[in-house]
Amino acid sequence: MKQENNNAHKFGMVIDLDKCTGCGSCMVSCMSENNVPFKEDESNKKDSITWMSVYKLTNGKSFPDTEIAYLPRPCQHCGGKGDHGHSPCVSVCPAVATDYGYDTGIVSQIYTRCFGCRYCMGACPYHARYFNWWDPKWPEGMENYLSPNVSPRMRGVVEKCSFCYHRYQAARDVAYYEGRDDIEEHEYQTACTTACPSGAIVFGDLNNPAHKIHQIVKPDPHPDPRNKHVIGKSRNPKVFRLLERLGTNPKVYYLSEREWVRKQGDSYLDGEWDKIKNHHGTSSHG
Amino acid sequence: MFPFCFEWVWDIGHAIFFGGFWYAISILGAGMTFCILKAAYDTMNDSGDSHH
Amino acid sequence: MDSALIPEGAKRCSFPKFTIGIAIVGAVLLWGVFAMFLCWFKGLNQTNMNDYYGFALWIWADLAVIAVGGGAFFTGLLRYIFKIDELKNIINFAVIIGFICYSSALLILAIDIGQPLRGWFIFWHANVHSMLTEVAFCLSAYFAVLTIEFIPNILENRQVNKVPFFHHLAHNMHGVMAVFAATGAFLSFFHQGSLGGVAGVMYGRPFAVREGLLIWPWTFFLFTWSAAAFGPCFTLLVTRITEAVTGKKLVKDNVIHLLAKISGWMIVTYIIAKIIDTIYWAMVTAPSLGFTLSHFYSNNGFYGYWILIAEIVVCGIVPGVLLVMKSTRENPTLRLVAIILGTIGVCLNRWVMVLQIMAVPVMSFDTWALYFPSWQEIATTILPVAYGIILIAVAYRYLPVFPQEQELNPVEPVTE
Ligand code: SF4
Ligand code: SF4
Repeated sequence: MKQENNNAHKFGMVIDLDKCTGCGSCMVSCMSENNVPFKEDESNKKDSITWMSVYKLTNGKSFPDTEIAYLPRPCQHCGGKGDHGHSPCVSVCPAVATDYGYDTGIVSQIYTRCFGCRYCMGACPYHARYFNWWDPKWPEGMENYLSPNVSPRMRGVVEKCSFCYHRYQAARDVAYYEGRDDIEEHEYQTACTTACPSGAIVFGDLNNPAHKIHQIVKPDPHPDPRNKHVIGKSRNPKVFRLLERLGTNPKVYYLSEREWVRKQGDSYLDGEWDKIKNHHGTSSHG
Repeated sequence: MFPFCFEWVWDIGHAIFFGGFWYAISILGAGMTFCILKAAYDTMNDSGDSHH
Repeated sequence: MDSALIPEGAKRCSFPKFTIGIAIVGAVLLWGVFAMFLCWFKGLNQTNMNDYYGFALWIWADLAVIAVGGGAFFTGLLRYIFKIDELKNIINFAVIIGFICYSSALLILAIDIGQPLRGWFIFWHANVHSMLTEVAFCLSAYFAVLTIEFIPNILENRQVNKVPFFHHLAHNMHGVMAVFAATGAFLSFFHQGSLGGVAGVMYGRPFAVREGLLIWPWTFFLFTWSAAAFGPCFTLLVTRITEAVTGKKLVKDNVIHLLAKISGWMIVTYIIAKIIDTIYWAMVTAPSLGFTLSHFYSNNGFYGYWILIAEIVVCGIVPGVLLVMKSTRENPTLRLVAIILGTIGVCLNRWVMVLQIMAVPVMSFDTWALYFPSWQEIATTILPVAYGIILIAVAYRYLPVFPQEQELNPVEPVTE
């Protein structure tokens, strides 16, 4: 196994669900940034590709108490149990076509390596992975608008959010050219982050205390005493992750003032939520 | 699959997995080679009896 | 017309009748082949799979044929390693069934992957930590074993056997068959198991995930055990069907009873393990992740507790008990009921471990997803059945598959 590197980045995201209006700008910007193909008829959402997908949450109450929240869901770039890089999808791919970047924490997808067995899709509980059921087809003239930095994908392979990895590469190239060791926070931002009109998405390095994301999330580097597989639990009581209990260790965090929203991050047995809701990372008790 | 594939690593996982695999394949290969060679030998030395 | 090829002293239907039968099944086969080419040339948009159902009917079919094909390795193990000699009267047939099952599984996999031309990546760029890699390697290697086990039977064809080299080859291969059978059992243990592991390691899916021993989740052992238990059921079932179609008794009752008894005990022990596993998962594993049992069996239009009861009680405990008890085992009707239920049971288990996993919502705001296969998926799934029928028909006609056939069906000296 590869050694975890101390200067490694750990890129992540925190999305403020109270700011998100569900406008879908992140989805649109993602599709155009990453040359995501679309179908003529997009009415069947179960086989169209949306690396970033906005879910609608409700508190389940009837009028006038109904409340709505929108939850944008990119690939969570899971660190896997114990945050060792064995993400649900990476650990199962038989051909190493999806890999964990120990230097960035980003889960890559190698399109030319993937042979389309779709095991990774079965393993991902977030439905973050999409299969190319068709060959991509763009309307006449639209090929001219494709991004030259992202390779389009062929039929029969799986694709997913890459945290706009090509932007990271570009930022690194600039830094190298200017003789700098590392990139600045603002130099590497994903398309969805920059496109969100309400500024709901914050992107940065979870390992870097100077980054805004680190200040919001305050990730706990120690294993959660309640579940040894969980690392990086937020010490901010308003911050949660999706399906944290499964031990997937996502690098995408969500922020909400509303308790019913936070509660939807995981499943809870009766009465469990009230015991668990005020538990935020180990050091918060210290 | 082979040590010259670039993603190959000499770790315990590969040792066990491919150790087992190549071991099984060698047994099959050796077994079949033996059968074929012996059959060729028997054919050449056929004394006419075809007992089982 | 083809009487020179038919085993000596065996009676077969007339050639035209045989040809017509093959032609009918062949038409179904061609339908499947057509669908297969559609999938290859137009892509998997020909199916009703979607991003919720990356694994669907085909993967189920794969798991199911491999499970029921488990009769080959288990019978081989009993015959060659544990030296249960009576089983030599059914081993050829078990091998042929296994051969059909495994070649079908490989074919289905070749249709199922999105980029079939890259299929070799799974070997070349193998990720040794993936259960699917283990499946691919052991499955292909074990298919080689089955081919090796099948060859001597082919060489025993009346005409082929006249060639001295083939005669000797068949003889020599029989001589070392125990080595091949042992290798096959080793490989089978791992690929049957890793097929179970495929589900058990998906820790993002609370319906699938299981704890286990070292790197192997409990489903690994349950799958191997169930294949060894229900595989012989399927062998017996196909034997029974062949006997019905040919109108002849082909295997003596003592052999059938023996295999049925072994299968029965395997089923009973398996089902006990399965019940323990299910209870532990329902009481400990799933609740620790925040899920109650009812979550997996309610709020949708298809998956209810009935499937759990059908799999474990109706198609598990019942056939197990029927085959273990001497009186019911030796009653042909009840034995037939038991082997049919057993075969359904193991297929149902594989269904649950593939399709229900995909159906269950995991995120609290997600929804159940149900799916119905497209005709192309159904046709390509029926394709192996047609292929199997043809292969069995041809093998039965031209090869000495059943050593006891002549003894049980002496041919009257009069020729028609
Ligand atoms: S969200 Fe899904 S695709 Fe992304 S890293 Fe996690 S398991 Fe893999
Ligand atoms: S579909 Fe591609 S990325 Fe996913 S597991 Fe299969 S080979 Fe790997």
